[in-house]
Amino acid sequence: MGPVMSIESVFSRLEPLLPRVNKPIQYVGGELNAQVKDWDDVDVHWALMYPDAYEVGLPNQGVQILYEVLNERPDALAERTYAVWPDLEALMREHGIGQFTVDAHRPVRAFDVLGVSLSTELGYTNLLNALDLAGIPLHSVDRDATHPIVVAGGHASFNPEPIAEFVDAAVLGDGEQIVGAITDVIRDWKADGCPGGRDEVLTRLAATGGVYIPRFYDVTYLDDGRIEAVTPNRDRVPARVTKHTVMDLDEWPYPKTPLVPLAESVHERMSVEIFRGCTRGCRFCQAGMITRPVRERSITGIGDMVANGLAATGFEEVGLLSLSSADHSEIAQIAKGLADRYEDERVSLSLPSTRVDAFNIDLANEFSRNGRRSGLTFAPEGGSERLRRVINKMVSKEDLIRTVSTAYAQGWRQVKLYFMCGLPTETDEDVLEIADMAHDVIRAGRTATGGKDVRCTVSIGGFVPKPHTPFQWAAQADPATVDNRLRKLREAINANRSLGRNVGMRYHDGEPSIIEGLLSRGDRRVGAVIERAWRDGGRFDGWTEHFSFERWVKAADTELTEVDLAWFTTRERDGDEVLPWDHLDSGLDKQWLWDDWQDALGEFEQDDCRWTPCFDCGVCSNLGTDIQIGPTGKTLLPLVPKH
Amino acid sequence: MARRVPDGPPPAPVVQRLRIRYAKRGRLRFTSHRDFARAFERALRRANVPMAYSAGFTPHPKISYIGASPTGVASEAEYLEIGLAGVVDAETLRTALDAALPDGLDLVEIVTAGPGSLAARMEASAWRIGLPGVSAEDATHAVATFMQCAEYPVERLTKDGKRTIDARTAVISATVSEGDEGPDRAPRAILDLVVRQVTPAVRPDDVLAALRGVAGLALDAPPVAVRLAQGPLDDAGLVGDPLIPDRSSFETAP
Repeated sequence: MGPVMSIESVFSRLEPLLPRVNKPIQYVGGELNAQVKDWDDVDVHWALMYPDAYEVGLPNQGVQILYEVLNERPDALAERTYAVWPDLEALMREHGIGQFTVDAHRPVRAFDVLGVSLSTELGYTNLLNALDLAGIPLHSVDRDATHPIVVAGGHASFNPEPIAEFVDAAVLGDGEQIVGAITDVIRDWKADGCPGGRDEVLTRLAATGGVYIPRFYDVTYLDDGRIEAVTPNRDRVPARVTKHTVMDLDEWPYPKTPLVPLAESVHERMSVEIFRGCTRGCRFCQAGMITRPVRERSITGIGDMVANGLAATGFEEVGLLSLSSADHSEIAQIAKGLADRYEDERVSLSLPSTRVDAFNIDLANEFSRNGRRSGLTFAPEGGSERLRRVINKMVSKEDLIRTVSTAYAQGWRQVKLYFMCGLPTETDEDVLEIADMAHDVIRAGRTATGGKDVRCTVSIGGFVPKPHTPFQWAAQADPATVDNRLRKLREAINANRSLGRNVGMRYHDGEPSIIEGLLSRGDRRVGAVIERAWRDGGRFDGWTEHFSFERWVKAADTELTEVDLAWFTTRERDGDEVLPWDHLDSGLDKQWLWDDWQDALGEFEQDDCRWTPCFDCGVCSNLGTDIQIGPTGKTLLPLVPKH
Repeated sequence: MARRVPDGPPPAPVVQRLRIRYAKRGRLRFTSHRDFARAFERALRRANVPMAYSAGFTPHPKISYIGASPTGVASEAEYLEIGLAGVVDAETLRTALDAALPDGLDLVEIVTAGPGSLAARMEASAWRIGLPGVSAEDATHAVATFMQCAEYPVERLTKDGKRTIDARTAVISATVSEGDEGPDRAPRAILDLVVRQVTPAVRPDDVLAALRGVAGLALDAPPVAVRLAQGPLDDAGLVGDPLIPDRSSFETAP
């Protein structure tokens, strides 16, 4: 905890360095809708970090939501901090400037809490670098009552074991309410005069049952390297920690005033989350599993957020976000209502679409009434129908061809298809069917357009098994297998030169996926690997030009003893194995996940509980939640003209 | 596949042209020209300005930027011109646009465009540059030596590699004065430059590179430069206000 006094800005010392670095605008703050509160007016100071470059971190919805929610509290303030690029890092180290926030350029070291949003495990080295730059001891056990409490959130925190040594706490699930509860605990503890030091405040947080404090749990191992048990090592600490679920999205219309960066960012648009959760049941999809149940924002709530957000930002594009936006129960009314409202306003609407059906094209047409029809994206995910049964992503090739034919006929010029490679039970033949599909798409496009120049882009990602999914037991494919399959696929696509020349193929090589796999399903022994990779220069591992597979392999070889990289990644787990995240409760029943894994291997599909009876995944019964979907029957009225 | 054309009537014509002076101040001096353009277009939308747009599927608002200052250089005198599809009150718009921009990108003045090109009035710029760690005496000596040269080629690093620029010919005047001491009590001379608008533009950095070359002038820290004025050059070698002709024709404007 910082002493109770005003904290000085580091900006006067940072400013002379900025002309010497690339894109200095990313470090100066001052964005539209940024907030700076007086340090001395509040009790609890939060630094919120997205551990990647500003251009990636700024648009992050989670950080923007918590930034507003916390700053609305009279007893708290929140400022933002992002990973600095190596050019500025070197200058900061040379000039003794610590990790700073971009809002008031206060040193992160002075805050009460450092909240880190971990969307991807590849941000771990950036987290370590920020801690080190901030002057915060890397290991939780070395920190005292003057240091910020480092709290991890975001999807990666559903298995925080690899970073258990580096964080003080982790929270699972929706952050809107738990950041308030954490603020209350810290405020009260400070008001009491910080009794019992850091240990006591962490114990109070653990006692809420909703904050995981890794150091209050001991992990024991079996002789074969597997985990024997994870057990609390003190009183007042629950055996399992539960995820948080916000139940009425209309009560949380955040961000209300989205941040508008001056620097160019990866998403130059405003985002409105139209629902949270997904029960499509795609077995590879961690997001779909850990964000259940489905909770829709109402059509009127969405309309208000779009109108207020546009007025607050001046953005000209609005993205309607969710895990499968076309599944909102009133999406057609939303699309028509928004398209009507903004027809003359030069606001473009977008819907990240993955569903393969004609309805999706109707929506896309509505959203592009007066605009260009450039590209549509569909995600069959698996190359063969058999594999799509394994992953529970049911779409037939006939459906796909019918859908893309409609799209091309209605003026769309390019279709993008997303797939994964390295899925459980996958063979070369499954992947090679992608080539046939791509060829058929081009044929269909030429037929539908009378021989015009249509394009199809096949985009392929390496599959990484994730905790809290039915594939959490699966063996990850090794990089050589994935690379080999993709090479054969490219040959198959190009084997027909006439069709192949209209097919683009995008993929990443398999090596980063294996490291992501290590970090995703690793246990506490992986922490030493992360620290070694960071000490050896690891930064920005999500960026191809900064990622070094050799560095990670060397770090794993050096730091892992009884188990190794392959043990964590390409090894299939048995049903009775204690998984590193078993004491973290996502609501999903482990037995249900196992049964679904067995169904996958048997190529049996699972329906969506929004439209069929409950299949007892466990979330609603374990967490006391339920599905919240429309239709509400309401419509969007025209906006009152502003002029 | 029939080629789609945008539905509806062609875009509304320009009925009013406005000329805008704005400033880039403080930490937002690190805003690049592209960054500013995005922020300005968003501000126009927030302020509900009835912009005129170009035709086509990706219509662009009618905005002409005039001689933007380099990234990292502050400015009190940046200019642009916008075309509107509806008539608005200039002062009301100034207030609304200023409120819609982040602090540090500030609207100074808006006038209705009179006849003639604004860009053509931009004959010269006045720059003020703080030189950290340099005494007025050393700066005066370096400037005197520099001004005695007829030409002074310097190399500038661009995206396409090195480019040689004559940093001297465009400099009309260079004056040194004593500045306040910096926070570290080091001297900080002030250099005032009037530089003719030429292509490629001669920037403060080019002149500093020349002063380093001609007299070994070295700074403790990066210089802090501000463009104070931009406009027509008078007989005395001073930079005037480029919006005077617009203001005087305001009464007769539509």
